[in-house]
Amino acid sequence: MDGISLLTITVLAVFVGFEVVSKVSSTLHTPLMSGANAIHGIILVGAIIVAGQATHPWVLAVALLAVVLATANLVGGFVVTDRMLEMFRGRRGAAERPPEKPSAQGGAHEGESPERKGSVR
Amino acid sequence: MTLLDPTLTSLLYLAAAVFFILALKGLNSPRTARRGNLVGAFGALLAVVTVFFSVRLDNVPWILGAIAVGSGVAAPVARRVRMTQMPQLVALFNGVGGGAAALVALLELPHADDGWMRLAVVFTLLVGAVSFAGSAITFAKLQELMTTRPVVFPGLPVLMGAVLLAAVGSGAAVVLGGSLALALLLLVLGLLAGVLLVLPVGGADVPIVISLLNAFTGLAVAASGLVLGNVLLVVAGTLVGASGTILTRAMAAAMGRSVAGILFGAFRGNSTAGSTAVSDRPVRSSSAEDVAVLLGYAQRVIIVPGYGLAVAQGQHTAAELALALEARGIRVDFAIHPVAGRMPGHMNVLLAEANVPYESLKEMSEINSEFRTADVALVVGANDVVNPAAKTSAGSPIYGMPILEVADARQVVFLKRSLRPGFAGIENELMYEPQTTLLFGDAKESLTKVLGAVKAL
Repeated sequence: MDGISLLTITVLAVFVGFEVVSKVSSTLHTPLMSGANAIHGIILVGAIIVAGQATHPWVLAVALLAVVLATANLVGGFVVTDRMLEMFRGRRGAAERPPEKPSAQGGAHEGESPERKGSVR
Repeated sequence: MTLLDPTLTSLLYLAAAVFFILALKGLNSPRTARRGNLVGAFGALLAVVTVFFSVRLDNVPWILGAIAVGSGVAAPVARRVRMTQMPQLVALFNGVGGGAAALVALLELPHADDGWMRLAVVFTLLVGAVSFAGSAITFAKLQELMTTRPVVFPGLPVLMGAVLLAAVGSGAAVVLGGSLALALLLLVLGLLAGVLLVLPVGGADVPIVISLLNAFTGLAVAASGLVLGNVLLVVAGTLVGASGTILTRAMAAAMGRSVAGILFGAFRGNSTAGSTAVSDRPVRSSSAEDVAVLLGYAQRVIIVPGYGLAVAQGQHTAAELALALEARGIRVDFAIHPVAGRMPGHMNVLLAEANVPYESLKEMSEINSEFRTADVALVVGANDVVNPAAKTSAGSPIYGMPILEVADARQVVFLKRSLRPGFAGIENELMYEPQTTLLFGDAKESLTKVLGAVKAL
């Protein structure tokens, strides 16, 4: 993609980023920060690409370290955010619904699913 | 294996980016927040699966192993962490993300063949390293592995200036020549800058720094997307960078601080003021039974929960006490300071965990005028957020921070472990006022005793 298109996308993303959080109450600051924190764990995609193209063992080692760190950011970020929000939900009549299965489900999938797909190859 | 068509790949990445935007949008409201987070997680899953099918990758078993290790470590930690320790965990996850971005940029340097590309590499390296090291220091401060007070030493501004100058110099050299050795030097300088940036920040301001470093990591990820030519990384990173900046400003505003003041206040030497000496002036301390009488015969009680309550895991006992008082026909509210706990909104999370009804949690702006009508303000493990020094003492590190006006209540009861100053390291005059009563002890134990005594009334 050429530079100008990337620049356009970047500038538009800045405004979207400003817009989506501009009116949030302080109650949700922590979960929102934590959720945004999880989203930048998507650097995992970059780490996977670099690791997948590594030819030298040293490069591979460093790239795999990046994969481990990025996965921790991504998976841990979503799981911890979900745990925070689970508690918010609890106050709205826990009696109404039966307790759901452990919250971490959503996040834990992240790491596992590519694995399953991978083994098909 | 045949790879996905590039157009389809782009569309899948676009879908993931849309999921991320919807996730942030969902996190704006309590009703949709949880779903929003799951939408974000789904977007991430989609993107990660897509990359495996769209690029020719070697070393796949290794990569899958690394993913398994990363999630195997992070998921259980995130699931089991005590809610009081959550801020440092968020800091940690943020730091490793920044570290990952820096490593990716380092490895891409040899493939970056024009100056603009290398500029993006340099930016990612530097910002990622700052975020990693800065987050490590915030983690250490929050975990109390090191002092929570600002760490300043005489040559700090000069050293910081020298490090930044050296970073700019080596960064420019990397952009021009692409030297790997200088890139490594840049990485080290970035780490150093991250440490120096966060050391002078006082404990109470650490949450804002986490948010700032979160935005930094977002920007580093966006720049790494430019290096790799990956639009999803650009969009996701920029989203986090932009929303993180707004969020940081909102948090700082809630504390009556400016971001620049937090980062550079210590350099100017005005955030280290305030006495640390524990004075030996007399205070009125009393027994759980006396406190129970005060509470039990009041008409209106406002509970001010603070970090001490959370540390003692006393939120459930506090909720029970509120119920017991309400059973006696007393109106009970919880006054939540925006930064009660250690992060904005942290206390809401903790009390929600203890099933305190949402209607009883009052935000500061809502409750401050009502302290006047309260018979008792019960301050449990909070200190800085009710410290009048924020209004009266211009030299104090918390000067200008909005506080809960507990002094307006007829009686003020502090449940505290000791007279030790709070997280910001300054004394609280309110504790020496005539209308104030202190009950020393662990927040949970004290609450349990008071609860027992109230029930026995």
